[in-house]
Amino acid sequence: MIHLAGPYLLAAALVGLGVFGIAVRRNAVLLLVGVELVLSGALVLLVTTQAAGADRWAAGSVIPLFVITIAAAETVVALAIILTAFRQSRRIDLDEPSGEAP
Amino acid sequence: MTALDTAFAATALVAVAGGLLAVTTRHVVHAALWLVVALLGVAGSLLVLGAELVALVLVLVYVGAVVVLVLFALMLTRAPIGPDLEHAAGPWRTAGAALLGAAVALLLGSVLLPLAGDPVERADVSSSQVAGQLFGTWVWPFELLSLLLLVALVAALAVSRVPREASTRHPDDAAPAPEASATTEALP
Repeated sequence: MIHLAGPYLLAAALVGLGVFGIAVRRNAVLLLVGVELVLSGALVLLVTTQAAGADRWAAGSVIPLFVITIAAAETVVALAIILTAFRQSRRIDLDEPSGEAP
Repeated sequence: MTALDTAFAATALVAVAGGLLAVTTRHVVHAALWLVVALLGVAGSLLVLGAELVALVLVLVYVGAVVVLVLFALMLTRAPIGPDLEHAAGPWRTAGAALLGAAVALLLGSVLLPLAGDPVERADVSSSQVAGQLFGTWVWPFELLSLLLLVALVAALAVSRVPREASTRHPDDAAPAPEASATTEALP
């Protein structure tokens, strides 16, 4: 027997922390840390639906696997773009006006 | 409070504490390392919820690959060793971001908590059942996923490849070539 209030509270807290991290960080690489936290909140929520009642397609386990894979692909592309931008302008400050590159 | 509730509370506490430190610490490398703690806590929570395959994949892919990639990117962008004061956010911005995060968490919590009724019996889905469904019902999305990974790999290589004329734009840049090769090595 398990209370579902715990997983729901954990998911809400993780998403809130992730949104805080996305809004507060100026370093472009650390922005991804907030994104990972938001995605892990979504994972907890998806797995909780399976723990509450399993369906015959095992969607509560399969869809989180898809989410993890897509998030990994997204991170790779995002880091490639950030590194290319860093090579061109030597800065990773997200507050920097974009037309000001040397 | 059953044993499952207690175990879940412990792992959830680790996850939330790690996440809080990951988004608030001033040391950039510490942020990535606290993310490892937070993700391990999330993996423990998923284990308690009965999804051991998802928990193992989370540890393998996120802790094993994504965090290492983030650390590589921090090194390649010349992250400072001490506190990163250059990119510190002002007090008003921090307060606004905290307000935004708290609002999102409260909104989600107030929507989700009424859905949690009495304690439920945890449904057990075995790994062999997940595997059967993954290669039966979900096989086409799964194959599409491998295509997506290939596209992401090629796109990352294409984006980070430096053309000859563009690499000479910075005469002060002593060695652009090792950086480019390190990027492509870090990608798989």
